[in-house]
Amino acid sequence: MSNENSSSSGALAEVKAKLAETLGGVTLAWSAFREQDRVDFPASELLRCLNAFKAAGFDQLTDLTAVDLLEFPKATDRFELVYVLLNVESGQRLIARTYLNEPDLTVPSATSVWSGADWLEREVYDMYGIVFEGHPNFKRLLLPQEFQSFPLRKDYPIKGRGERHNFPVITRAES
Amino acid sequence: MPLELLESSDLDASKREGLWTLNFGPQHPATHTTLRLVLQLDGEMVIDAEPDIGFLHSGFEKLGEVLDFNQYVTIVDRMNYISPMANEIAWHHAVEKLLGIELTPRCKYIRTIFAELMRLHDHLLCLGTCVLDLGGATAFMYAFNEREYIYEICERASGQRFHTSYTRVGGLLYDVTDDWVEMVRAFIRKFPKAYRDFEGLVMKNRIFVERTRDVGVLSREEAIAGGATGPVARASGVARDLRRDEPYLAYEDFDFDICASQGGDCYARFQVRMMEMLESVKIIQQAIENLPAGPIFASGTGKETIPDKREVYRSIEGLIHHFESVMPNRQMQAPLDSVYAATESPNGELGYYIVGDGSFRAYRARTRPPSLLHFSLFSKMIRGCMLSDVVAVLGSINIIAAELDR
Amino acid sequence: MATQINKQLGDNVFLTTLDAAASWGRANSLWPMPFATACCGIELMSTAASKHDLSRFGSEVMRFSPRQCDLMIVAGRVVMKMLPVLQRIWLQMPEPKWCISMGACACTGGVFDTYAVVQGVDRFIPVDVYVPGCPPRPEQLIRSILDLQEKIQKGGTVNAREFKLRILPEGPNRFDEDELIRIRERNGFKLDDPKYDPVH
Repeated sequence: MSNENSSSSGALAEVKAKLAETLGGVTLAWSAFREQDRVDFPASELLRCLNAFKAAGFDQLTDLTAVDLLEFPKATDRFELVYVLLNVESGQRLIARTYLNEPDLTVPSATSVWSGADWLEREVYDMYGIVFEGHPNFKRLLLPQEFQSFPLRKDYPIKGRGERHNFPVITRAES
Repeated sequence: MPLELLESSDLDASKREGLWTLNFGPQHPATHTTLRLVLQLDGEMVIDAEPDIGFLHSGFEKLGEVLDFNQYVTIVDRMNYISPMANEIAWHHAVEKLLGIELTPRCKYIRTIFAELMRLHDHLLCLGTCVLDLGGATAFMYAFNEREYIYEICERASGQRFHTSYTRVGGLLYDVTDDWVEMVRAFIRKFPKAYRDFEGLVMKNRIFVERTRDVGVLSREEAIAGGATGPVARASGVARDLRRDEPYLAYEDFDFDICASQGGDCYARFQVRMMEMLESVKIIQQAIENLPAGPIFASGTGKETIPDKREVYRSIEGLIHHFESVMPNRQMQAPLDSVYAATESPNGELGYYIVGDGSFRAYRARTRPPSLLHFSLFSKMIRGCMLSDVVAVLGSINIIAAELDR
Repeated sequence: MATQINKQLGDNVFLTTLDAAASWGRANSLWPMPFATACCGIELMSTAASKHDLSRFGSEVMRFSPRQCDLMIVAGRVVMKMLPVLQRIWLQMPEPKWCISMGACACTGGVFDTYAVVQGVDRFIPVDVYVPGCPPRPEQLIRSILDLQEKIQKGGTVNAREFKLRILPEGPNRFDEDELIRIRERNGFKLDDPKYDPVH
C-alpha cells in the first residue's frame, strides 16, 4: 500500500500514542491514502483493538463493511473487514481494517462497543457470511431468511442461481 | 413464503403476557415504500418495535462491481429517489477522490447548486408526505408544487426530470445554459413566499405540533453511538455537518449556517429540515450569482474524464479521446487502493467506500446509507409512544427504502 | 306512435348492452391501489399532486386497502422478498380488477438484472397495461390509465367473462436467461472461467 499524502498531523500522533499505550504487544500497521489514515490490526485481537479505538476518541462507527478479495490482484487473504470510525467532536476519521480467511469466518461482535454496529454486522453476514459472535439478534438483514448464498461474494453470479424466479405463477383464471 | 412472526429479543416470556403483536407493512401508506415493522403493543402503547427490512433489496452493490465508474451513476440515482442527484454527486465525489481528480470551479459550483436544490427537493417531500400521513393533504400539494419547479430545473440541465444521471467522472454531462441560470434565479425569487405558506400550514399548525412534539425522542448519546447523521443527529444536538466540517465541492466559498436543535423529538427534526431549506436557498443564491465561467471537465487527467460532447462531435481528437475512454482495454485505471468519501446528503452522511483494482470498475462499491443507521434507531425512538405516533416518527427520520435496502 | 314517444321522452332513452353500461361505469370509476415500492411511487405521487392532477380522469381515489380497489398500479421494482406480498395483495383484491405495471423495473426488471429483482411482475401476476420509462412521466401514467379505461370499455362484460377466457399470458413464451445459467452450472461450468463474463 502506498504511503503518499499522509496526513501526519498532531491529532494522529496523539491517537497513535494512546493506542500504543493501551494496545501493547499488538502490531498495528499504519498507512495513508488521499489524506485518509488507515490502520490494519490483527483479527485475533479484534475486540480489544476496537475498544482501544473507542477509548482513543472514536465514538461513532460510521460504517462497517467487508470486501471479498478473491479476485483482487496479489491479495493474500480472502476477506477484508473495514470499520470506518469517526471522532464526532474533532471530526477525525480512521479506517480500521482486518483480514479474515476461510474456514474461520467468526469474529466477535462490536455491538457492545458501538450500538450502531447492530444492523451493519447483520448486513455483512447477509452479504458475505461472516459470523459475528455475541450479537444480540443475529440473522439475515436484507435477504429472506431461507436464502442460502452470500450474494456479494465474488463467486456468486450477479444474476443469481434462479432464486428470483422460484415462485408460483398466478394467472387470470386463478385470481 | 409466509410472513413469519419475528421473535423480539428484548422481551422475555413473562413480560410478553398481555401484549399483542401488530404487523405494520410492508404495504402500508405511511411506509411510503416498503418496510415492515412488528410492533409489540400494550393497548395502544408501543412496548417494542422490530423493523424487518429488505423488501427492496435489489443488489445495487453487486451491480457496482460490474459497471464502470460512469455507468454506475445511473444506478446510484435510483438509491435515494427523492433526491436523485445528491447520490450522483456523492458517488462521483468518492470516485474523484479515488482517482485524485480536482474539479473545475464551474463544475463545482453547478454541482453545489444541484446538491442544494436536492436538499430542498428531499425536505419538501419528507415534510409533505409526513403531514399527509398525519392527516393533512394540503401541505402535500404545496410541497409538490415547488418540487415540480425543481424537476423542471433538472430537466433543463440534463434532459431528464427524475433520474438525471447528470454527473460524470471529473465533470458533468452537459454545461448549463443562461436560461437555466435564469430559471434558478426565478425559483429562488419565488421560493421564500412558498416557504412561508408551507411553514404556516405545517410548523404553525396546532394539530401537527401536538402530534410531533415530545414524540420519538432521541438523545444525543444514542444518536452518536447509533451512528445517526444529518438532520436526525443535528436535531439531537450533534452540530455536525460535512459541508462545514469536511468541505467538499464549493462549500468553502459560501456563507451559511448549520441548523441544529436540542429537542431530539420529531418536531425538532422537522424544524431542522425547515431551517435547512432557508440555508440552502442562501447557498444557491450565492452560487448562482458567482457562477464562474470556464470548462466543466477537469483537464490534464488523461483518460479519467470523458471529453466534452461538443468536442466529440466536432473534432477527430475529441472522438478518439471519447472512444478510448469507453473502450474496456484502454480506459482509465483506478489505483490499487481504497478510499472512503462522504458527502452531506439531505438525509445525512452518504458515503462510499470504493476499492479500485487497477481497472475502470470499482472492485467494491460500498454505500454507507444514512437511512440504514437511522432506521436501526427507530425501535429506540418509538418505545413508550402511541401507535399513532409510529407514522410521525417514521416520517421524521425520512426512511427511503431503496437507500435502506440497496 | 313512434313520434309520440319520441316527443315525450326526448333524448332520455338510449339503447345499449348491459355489458357496455357496466364497463362504462367501471372504466370511469377506477380506484387505484398504489403498490408503490420505489422511484415510480414518487412519480405516482406527482401524478396525483397539484400539477398533473389525476382526479381529472376519474381515478384519484387512491386506497391502500386492497379490498377497496380494482386497479393495482405496481410502481417500482419488485424483489424476491416482496413478490409473495404482491401476490397476496393481488389475490385480496375483488374482481373485476386490473393491473398497470408502471416503469421499466416492474415490466422487465429494468436496469436491475440482479439476483434479487424479479424480471417483470407479469411473470407472476397478470398485467393489463405496461408503462415504459424509468420512471414514466406523469403524463405517461395518465395516458396508461386512459388506455386502460378504453380497454375496459371495449372488452368488458357485466360478469367479467373476459377474464375467464384469458388464462394464459398473451404473446410468445420468453426465453428464460436464468435457465441458461442453470444449464451451464449443471454442466460443471465454473464462474471464474475468463471466457464467461456475466455482464457482457
